[in-house]
Amino acid sequence: MSLRLFDPRARVRALRAAGVLGLNQRNARFIMEHNQRRFYPRVDDKVLTKKLAIEAGMAVPELYGIIDNQGDTGRVPEIVGEHQSFVVKPAHGSGGDGIVVVSGRRRDRYRLVDGQIWDGDTLDFHVSNIVGGQYSLTGEPDTALIEYCVQFDPLFEQVSFQGVPDIRVITYRGYPVMAMVRLPTKASHGKANLHQGAVGAGIDMAGGVTLDGVSGNEIVEEHPDTYHPIAGLRIPEWDFILTSAARAIDVTGLGYVGVDMVLDRDLGPLILEMNARPGLNIQLANRAGLRPRLETVDRDYEAAATPAERAAFARARFPAHGTM
Amino acid sequence: MGRRYLIVIAALLTAVGLSMFVYKWQVLGLPVTEDQQTTVWTVEAAVSFIGGPGSIKATLQLPTLTPGYTLLTENSVSKGYGFSVNFDSGGREALWAIRRADGPQTLYYRAVLYEDPSSRQSDTTPPFPPPPTLEEPFNTAMQVLVDEVREQSADPASFTAELLHRLNDPSPGQNVELLLGMSETRAGFVSTVTKILAAARIPARMMRGIMLTGQTRQAEIIPWLEIHDGFRWVNFDPRTGEEGLPDDYLVWWRGTQPLATVQGGSGLEVNLAVQQNQLDTLEVAGQRAEKRRSRLVEFSLFSLPIRTQAVYSVLLMIPIGALVMVLMRNFVGVQTFGTFMPVLIALAFRETRLIWGIVLFTLLVSLGLSIRFLLERLRLLLVPRLTAVLIVVVLLMLLISIVFHKLGLETGLSVALFPMVIIAMVIERMSVIWEERGPRDAINAGLGSLVVAALAYLAMGIDWLQHMVFTFPELLLIVLALVLLAGRYTGYRLVELARFRGVLER
Repeated sequence: MSLRLFDPRARVRALRAAGVLGLNQRNARFIMEHNQRRFYPRVDDKVLTKKLAIEAGMAVPELYGIIDNQGDTGRVPEIVGEHQSFVVKPAHGSGGDGIVVVSGRRRDRYRLVDGQIWDGDTLDFHVSNIVGGQYSLTGEPDTALIEYCVQFDPLFEQVSFQGVPDIRVITYRGYPVMAMVRLPTKASHGKANLHQGAVGAGIDMAGGVTLDGVSGNEIVEEHPDTYHPIAGLRIPEWDFILTSAARAIDVTGLGYVGVDMVLDRDLGPLILEMNARPGLNIQLANRAGLRPRLETVDRDYEAAATPAERAAFARARFPAHGTM
Repeated sequence: MGRRYLIVIAALLTAVGLSMFVYKWQVLGLPVTEDQQTTVWTVEAAVSFIGGPGSIKATLQLPTLTPGYTLLTENSVSKGYGFSVNFDSGGREALWAIRRADGPQTLYYRAVLYEDPSSRQSDTTPPFPPPPTLEEPFNTAMQVLVDEVREQSADPASFTAELLHRLNDPSPGQNVELLLGMSETRAGFVSTVTKILAAARIPARMMRGIMLTGQTRQAEIIPWLEIHDGFRWVNFDPRTGEEGLPDDYLVWWRGTQPLATVQGGSGLEVNLAVQQNQLDTLEVAGQRAEKRRSRLVEFSLFSLPIRTQAVYSVLLMIPIGALVMVLMRNFVGVQTFGTFMPVLIALAFRETRLIWGIVLFTLLVSLGLSIRFLLERLRLLLVPRLTAVLIVVVLLMLLISIVFHKLGLETGLSVALFPMVIIAMVIERMSVIWEERGPRDAINAGLGSLVVAALAYLAMGIDWLQHMVFTFPELLLIVLALVLLAGRYTGYRLVELARFRGVLER
């Protein structure tokens, strides 16, 4: 369906009818009302998020160590120890910026997941940039995290190019409302970020099965690099994923939050990070608006519901279009 | 809840801003369009005489109530003389005094007036005058005339008109001729009329004034008649009996006393000169407000030194630019570097003009960006790297200025007005986005910033808007109200209409 004549008013009506949430409304209606600013550090600082998640008994990638001053930027090999692969990321990064995934190493040479080879100096410089605050939102000095590199589940092997696909679940007041899987592509340099060219695929909340993908604003049925169909993949431990996402509010105190998880071959679903301002592209990936679901939660909200009950609510109430 | 508060606050801000604006516009007369000119009249009275031995006291009647005109400023030039202004029955009177002055003396009084249709007669109601006592046969003649005129009139105004008609008759009756025999000058004529009117118990007085027409070195003093009809003062042309006052007639003084007197001097002469000027309406309004002791203007921009005013004329436009940016970001959805960067760039455009501004900005950023990519290889720490970019930006500015100067393009010199710290930050942010998200995102954000800056510049450059905001800074309260309301806008952004079209496709 192509649009010959663009009629803004008709488009506004159509988007409204579809329940599409815009940035202004997301910010004013949901983020400002449900995300208290004092809780932001819990998700903006990945070191703190990890600590809180561990305290709550949630599964996270193991933290090898942190570097928080310029004098220690050379300590990476020491922190990594015997591990062959690891991830370096800024504690205050956003949108996947500054994350380096090392998939293998030999002495002073590091092989990155996208095929680049870095020497020790390059890696040290990167860590130094992180600590200097290049990737933090405010430009203030930051901390570099060095953590376990997820060994990703073969499930997504056919539909991702390098990198680690991740699953994002938006939870509202503790209820998972929408989810998608983000598949790295060649264009995204192995990063699972839709802005950078990763493919997003909606997930049917009822069964945890992937739908068609979206690249940019275009619907894609196959992964652009592997040509493998994206839809129809059943995500294992879907219940566990939804329940973990439902617990995010207990950990963060945030009412509107995006929970990013990865599937590890050996460890199962792990929580990577959480986001207090999750993007709206998830609506494109699901080809569904968020607003009706958010309103459903507002209508049927039960303060006493357990995370498992909230996850069950999501499975029952938010199936994908086709499966209704 | 929050929304209702917001609307109340926005409405309040708008109400305060608007009412202050209307007050200053309607009551104080500040102009809403630029460069409005008001005609002002400078009237100069020169009182000259020969100073005699001993102390001198000179008086001059001053304009007090001037229907159709308002006094803007007045001053007196009189070297060595003590000067004071006294109120007497007819109005104000200037008094000059000196212990000793010999030879020819000239005292000046200068007043600046402007046309003001709202300036009306606001005199008090006078008591009924006592009937004049005249000798016979004048008394009988007057009584007869009064009775005759009364027969043919209904009220004080028609009485006066009829009386003047009879007095101006080229073939007057015996009584009229007898009465007019007392007066030779026109002032004397009017004085006689007031006496006859007093006999009819109509309060009347003589006014004298001048015609404000063009330039006159010696303005003729024209007497006029003013009667009170029980409700208000009514003016009559003593020569024709026509009611009213000519538009260009300036009432100088009322009563029978002479324009000027001198004690201890001789050869008194008074000369009135008139000159017409054009003055900025803004200046007139400012001076008038000062005269009224209006706090609003006293605590306004006009009370600041001119140089500070010039600074504020720029600063006050920043909210307008910021409003444009709010619209572009929250309603259209344009991506920019930093929140206020486009507004600052727009300020720099004020000096460079739009086209050159865009050219110079693009040149500076792209040169800076390429050098920034070279710096990337040196692996510098963040803060030194930013500083290095800043230094490079300063050097590039210098280079651009010199090259353009050599090429004879003087506009290139204004590159120095770009906010260099902001440019350095733009270069740094742009290079990071370039590395992380690719050139497309970086260039998009750069173009977005430039477009918003250009629009903000155009909005801030609207002359009329500049004038309005500078003259009525309270209008910024309305801008504030708009921004507050925009802060709760939850509709789609324009770009989202395209961005989310995929949701609609099945």
